[in-house]
Amino acid sequence: MSDKINGEQNENIEAAENAAAEENVVTAVADVNTETGAAAEADEISAETEDTAKKNSAPVKQKKKIKVPESIRKLFVKGIATSQFKNYESVTPSEQELSENILIANHVKQYFPIETNIIGQPTRFLKAVDDVSVRIPYGKTVGIVGESGCGKTTLGRTILGLYRKTAGDVYFNGRNITNYSNRKMNTVRTDMQVIFQDPYSSLSPRFSIGNIIAEGVAVHKIVPKKDIKDYVMNIMARCGLQPQHYERYPYEFSGGQRQRICIARALAINPKFIVCDEPVSALDVSIQAQILNLLKELQEERSIAYMFISHDLSVVQHISDSVGVMYLGSMVESGPTDAIFYDPMHPYTRSLLSAVPVPDPRRKSDRVILGGSIPSPANPPSGCRFHTRCPECMPVCSQTAPVYKEYKPGHFCACHLYPQD
Amino acid sequence: MNEEEKIITEESSLPQNAEHAEAQPDPGQGQTSLSDSVKTLSPGQLVLKRFFRSKLSIVGLAVLVALFLICFIGPFFCGDVSYDTVDLNGAPQVTTEPIVFVVDGVEYTMYDIQYTPSINMKDYPSADHLLGTDEHGRDVFVRLMYGGRVSLTIGFVVVLLETLVGVIIGGIAGYCGGIVDQIIMRIVDVFYCVPQMPILFICSAIMSANEINGFARIYWLLLVLIVFGWAGTARMVRGQILSLREQEFMLAARSMGLPAGRKIFRHLIPNVMPQLIVSMTLGLGGIILTESTLSFLNLGVPPPYATWGNMLGCLTSGDFTIISNFFNIWGPAGICIMLAVLSFNFIGDGLRDAFDPKMKK
Repeated sequence: MSDKINGEQNENIEAAENAAAEENVVTAVADVNTETGAAAEADEISAETEDTAKKNSAPVKQKKKIKVPESIRKLFVKGIATSQFKNYESVTPSEQELSENILIANHVKQYFPIETNIIGQPTRFLKAVDDVSVRIPYGKTVGIVGESGCGKTTLGRTILGLYRKTAGDVYFNGRNITNYSNRKMNTVRTDMQVIFQDPYSSLSPRFSIGNIIAEGVAVHKIVPKKDIKDYVMNIMARCGLQPQHYERYPYEFSGGQRQRICIARALAINPKFIVCDEPVSALDVSIQAQILNLLKELQEERSIAYMFISHDLSVVQHISDSVGVMYLGSMVESGPTDAIFYDPMHPYTRSLLSAVPVPDPRRKSDRVILGGSIPSPANPPSGCRFHTRCPECMPVCSQTAPVYKEYKPGHFCACHLYPQD
Repeated sequence: MNEEEKIITEESSLPQNAEHAEAQPDPGQGQTSLSDSVKTLSPGQLVLKRFFRSKLSIVGLAVLVALFLICFIGPFFCGDVSYDTVDLNGAPQVTTEPIVFVVDGVEYTMYDIQYTPSINMKDYPSADHLLGTDEHGRDVFVRLMYGGRVSLTIGFVVVLLETLVGVIIGGIAGYCGGIVDQIIMRIVDVFYCVPQMPILFICSAIMSANEINGFARIYWLLLVLIVFGWAGTARMVRGQILSLREQEFMLAARSMGLPAGRKIFRHLIPNVMPQLIVSMTLGLGGIILTESTLSFLNLGVPPPYATWGNMLGCLTSGDFTIISNFFNIWGPAGICIMLAVLSFNFIGDGLRDAFDPKMKK
């Protein structure tokens, strides 16, 4: 028991150190700018981090933990034993990587059992996310693109710990959160938020807007109780909602307004990282632009990092600093936005880009049209997963899987067209 | 109509407002007056509004309110006449007993005339007894009111408690899933497939054997009804929660890091409430019927305590003249049961339509 508490405290110290490191980064920026305003902002941030550190340590002392043996806990947890699929060595990221990236996901796998044998052991899996690694730097946007059903959404939810991942390591804000229990996870939840694709089902119909936004604030004690209403009003105004919307209910709002409410809810608890899961795909184009600009402004204001999931390439190009392309549960190419859009390496990326409509009727189409449909992730093709539809398929493609490696600085690709070793 | 138009104008003006939100923190003059004139309805208020559109449910509600008022307030106006007060003002029995004695050879006969007050039973309705008296000389109308108290109270208590138990157990099963769900649902299956009536007969026999009589029997009856009634609610709640759990707002609640209790009681249960309220109202009628059946078979609340069910029990006494000639003894109780059950069903139907958004007109 005491060991456990010590461990917790150590972690809190670590967290505080990380926070301090972050503060240094921010103050450094402030020095460069030599603006008093920025320095004041840095002070504010440090005050906030102190608050969160206190908040994290307080419940540990108060709550008694009941230790449940792993064998019993397994019975209550839906999921698959991790060790079974861990065919790689977990590498701890270097200090530098940890200080640069808010989120590091290494070899993340998310398998869903689709068939079980008579004693309930899963025998076949749907490999929704298969060995994907992502790095998301502080205050930057990483776009994830791919066809429908390629596992973008699952990847986002898995790295947030909303699904129990099959394998892989996740480092968030300098801490390894891979094996965090649900309760422990709740202590880091304030720093990571998600905006869902469907603004209609992501708001509880029986809560007023004010209550929806205030709930997280109240539970995590972001501001004192008496200030909550003013705080929520401020956030709402920032997201383009009217004060009188406070008492309204979700059914009274349009899709765009609901998405603003979702953004306000995510923002209210001061996250450092938001997974935007196709936040604009349910909205019409004029509203899309508003929402995207709002997200960008908020990023500049609060230096929030985004993981922006979308199937809309132009949207991703507009908002992202770097882009990852997914196909059938795995990452086929990733790199800086410009490199991906102007110098794509993988045939899949090229075909995706050629499918983007260009508003010029005289332009001759040189589209690479992919035949067939995306294969089932329950039974992915052997070798390179893309070989069944690849216009440049070679014999080797169906036999061995290509290595995902760096060809140009920051530009990764997994394809046999390029030297494999 | 006017109200709706205002809502539309306000919403269409929003995008521009949104862009200027930062520049103008104070909304303009016109904006404030608009927001004052537009009324916000919570989902609950909307449901009530829709509920009162249905005439049948208003009738049901009115009848029920009337029944409640009569049953719970009526007895206060009856003086000291209670459910077990026997009316002794029947036609007096005159017994004439000749006592013969001889004095000095002369025979004298004295008549001892005795007026014994008799029970005023099976009386027809009159000013004294609005619905007459029953075969034991008790006022039927007073008994009807006291009987209503017991029947309606049993209904409400049983439904509330079994819903509470059902929500907690079904909620845990639905929320936890996995093996917890499996175990709980198998227990529910056991309770669900045991036939209720024979069990109630057995329980009644056990109570009689243990000489549990009088009012204590009512509490035991409550307990038995609850024990065999919660399984249906638990199953329904579990099913609802299983589907709600996969909604994105639950995922949002999870990513918000809310504690489990809050997720269950603030997010899941309120969203199950519509179905719960409907099943509770419909269940009330069922409980009243069950109680009546048991009391009718002399298995429920024993006489002299009155319930609507055991007021019908006189029909099983073997005195067929009651069925043929004295409708006033058993008829009112039957009508009350029917009215209460029908009203609960009307209200339940009305609520179900009101909660169903597809019925929005």
